[in-house]
This record gives sequence, structure tokens and C-alpha cells, in this order.
Amino acid sequence: MQFKALMLAALAGDAAAYRSLLTALTPHLRAYYAKRLSRRADAEDLVQETLIAIHVKRASYDPSLPFTAWLHAIARYKLIDHLRRSGVRRTLPIEEAEAVVAEENADAAEAARDVEQLLARLPEKKRALVRDVKIEGLSTAEAAAKTGLSESAVKVNVHRSLRKLAEIVRRRS
Amino acid sequence: MKTADLLERLAENPAPVKSATGGLAVAIAAGGLVSFAAMLAFFGFRPDLAAAIHTWTYWVKFAYPLLLAVITLRSAERLGRPGARARLGWELLPFAVIAVAALVQWTGAAPPERWELLWGHSHTVCPWRIVALSLPLLAGCLWGMRRLAPTRPMLAGAAAGLFAGSAGAWIYAFACNEYSAVFVAVWYTVGMALVGLLGALIGRWVLRW
Repeated sequence: MQFKALMLAALAGDAAAYRSLLTALTPHLRAYYAKRLSRRADAEDLVQETLIAIHVKRASYDPSLPFTAWLHAIARYKLIDHLRRSGVRRTLPIEEAEAVVAEENADAAEAARDVEQLLARLPEKKRALVRDVKIEGLSTAEAAAKTGLSESAVKVNVHRSLRKLAEIVRRRS
Repeated sequence: MKTADLLERLAENPAPVKSATGGLAVAIAAGGLVSFAAMLAFFGFRPDLAAAIHTWTYWVKFAYPLLLAVITLRSAERLGRPGARARLGWELLPFAVIAVAALVQWTGAAPPERWELLWGHSHTVCPWRIVALSLPLLAGCLWGMRRLAPTRPMLAGAAAGLFAGSAGAWIYAFACNEYSAVFVAVWYTVGMALVGLLGALIGRWVLRW
């Protein structure tokens, strides 16, 4: 089992093996999510989220178990998490769907515009952090792995950014 | 960020990871120590401990929570590993043991004594004391499990809660001077189940990743 050998080497600290492993997994993940999600951008986001999860949660791999079972369970967890977050499971009678979608879109679009305007007031790095943690729903550990900051730095930055945004909102109203 | 860039960044530090099981063990040991110290501070060993160890019901009270703790800890650890199978099965064994012990005592007692076996003198406080003594263990176990990756956070939380509840009950048994297996079967189980429920509710939030 090629993946497993690479994973074991990576867990022992072999950087080259780790890079090969992540590189080899990426097309698999891409195919997995492309088959299950209609929007291509979503699929690519999930590929990235899953790579981060593999990185952050690599200690949860038990070498006595098949690597593919571990990988598949993580990919599936991230998929379900994504579907739950985007509310795909809600059902509606088809006649009402159009009206609801139009209305929700208008509300959502307005809200999204407000958020974007607000975020634009932050410096670029902090804006990306707030977006990752508060909008995309990454955990602190995941955001830390993505940006290379420490977890406490991520927390402090997000906290300060939110306080600043809250101040801006308060001044406006 | 492009996927290729992300990949490079992640591959930069594959630093060998600390064992997740080791972290869990340390967290649980710390919780257990706090819990044991709390038992000594608030209740103390039962005064008749030396005499009690010669009765079979003492060993029922000792073995039932301990057995359940060992089994549920194993389940919690399995539930924290994506792709590992966690099947319900062994969990039922301690319940079968205590049910048989309680039944033997219940049917062997004269009808007027039976209610005394059930109610004891502390059933109003016993489950709550178990819950209280379990909290440090629950905190430790959930903390340790955050290193793992439970794909069913609520179920994993319930397993962590049952572990904490049974380990807390085992510690409480050093202080509790109830002598009946019927009492243990009912009131200890209520206390442990409450902690299991609490674990499920908290796990749903804190074990997500």
C-alpha cells in the first residue's frame, strides 16, 4: 500500500514523503468532491479544507488500520459538514421554491455586500483570516496551519479584527 | 489560495506528531487525580472500608463502574479515529453483570427489606455526587479527544461522558457506604447516564473540527 508507506514516513518526520503523499492525494480528493458537488469552486474549497484537516488531524491516524479508510472517513466528514453548512438538505414544495430562492438571494446578496464592504476596511491579511475563520468556518488550528501563524496569533488577530468591525458598525448607526 | 501553494505550505512542517493516545491518557489521568482529591476532600473514605471489603456487594460496586470505564474509554478512543470501526457490544457486558447481581440480591431478600435495598439512605444525593466527581474526568477526556478526529462528535461525546461517569462512580464508591447491589444498579447507573448525556451535548460542540 503506497499511501500508507508514505503516511508512516511522514508521521516519522520525512518531509519529502509528506509532500509526495499530499500531492498524490490531491487528484483523488478532487475527483471525490467533483463527483458529489455541482459547483466546481466548492469542490476545490473542500479539497483544500480536507488537505488542511489531514494535516491538523494526522495524529488521529492509527497505523494498524488501512490508510484509505481513514482518508475516506475524513473526506466524507468534510463533505457532510459542507452540505450541512450550505443547507442543501432543506426541502420545499417546488411551486414555492422560486419565490423563496429569489427572496433569499436578494437578502443574502445584500448581506454579502454589507459584509464585503466592512471587510474591505481591514488590512488584507486580517481580512483573509476573518473570512477563513468566521465565514468559511475553519477552526483556529486549521487557519493557523493555512497561514503559518500560531493558533494564539490567529485568535488574537480575529478577535481584534472583529472588535474593529464592531466599532465601525457602531459608529455608523 | 491555490491548492498547490497550500500543499507546499503544509508539507513544510511534517514535524513528527505527538501520540494522540498519550495526550488522552495524560488528560484523563489529570482529571482522575482532581476527581480523587475532590472525593477525599468532600466525602473521605468510607469509615467501614476495612470491613466492607469482605462483602460481595462491595466488589460489585467496585467492578461494575471500573469495567464500564475501561470499555467506554476504548470506545471513545476508537470513535476518535476516522475509519475505525466502533461497534456497540462490550458496553452491554457491565450492565448484564450488575443486572444479574441486583436481581440475585432482590429475589433473595424478604419483601419488606427490598425497598431498603433500592432506596438506601443516600439515593437523593448519590447520582449528583457522581456527576460532580465526574466533571474533571469529562473535561480531561474531551480535551484529550480534541487531538483525535471524531467523525460523529455527539456519539464520541456520549462515549466520553459514559467513561467519565463510570470512572467518577468508581472513585465515589470509595466514599459511599451503601451496601446493596440493587442500589448501585439503579442510582449509580442514573448518575453515569446523566454524565453520558452531558458528554453527548458538549461533545456535539467541542468535538467538531
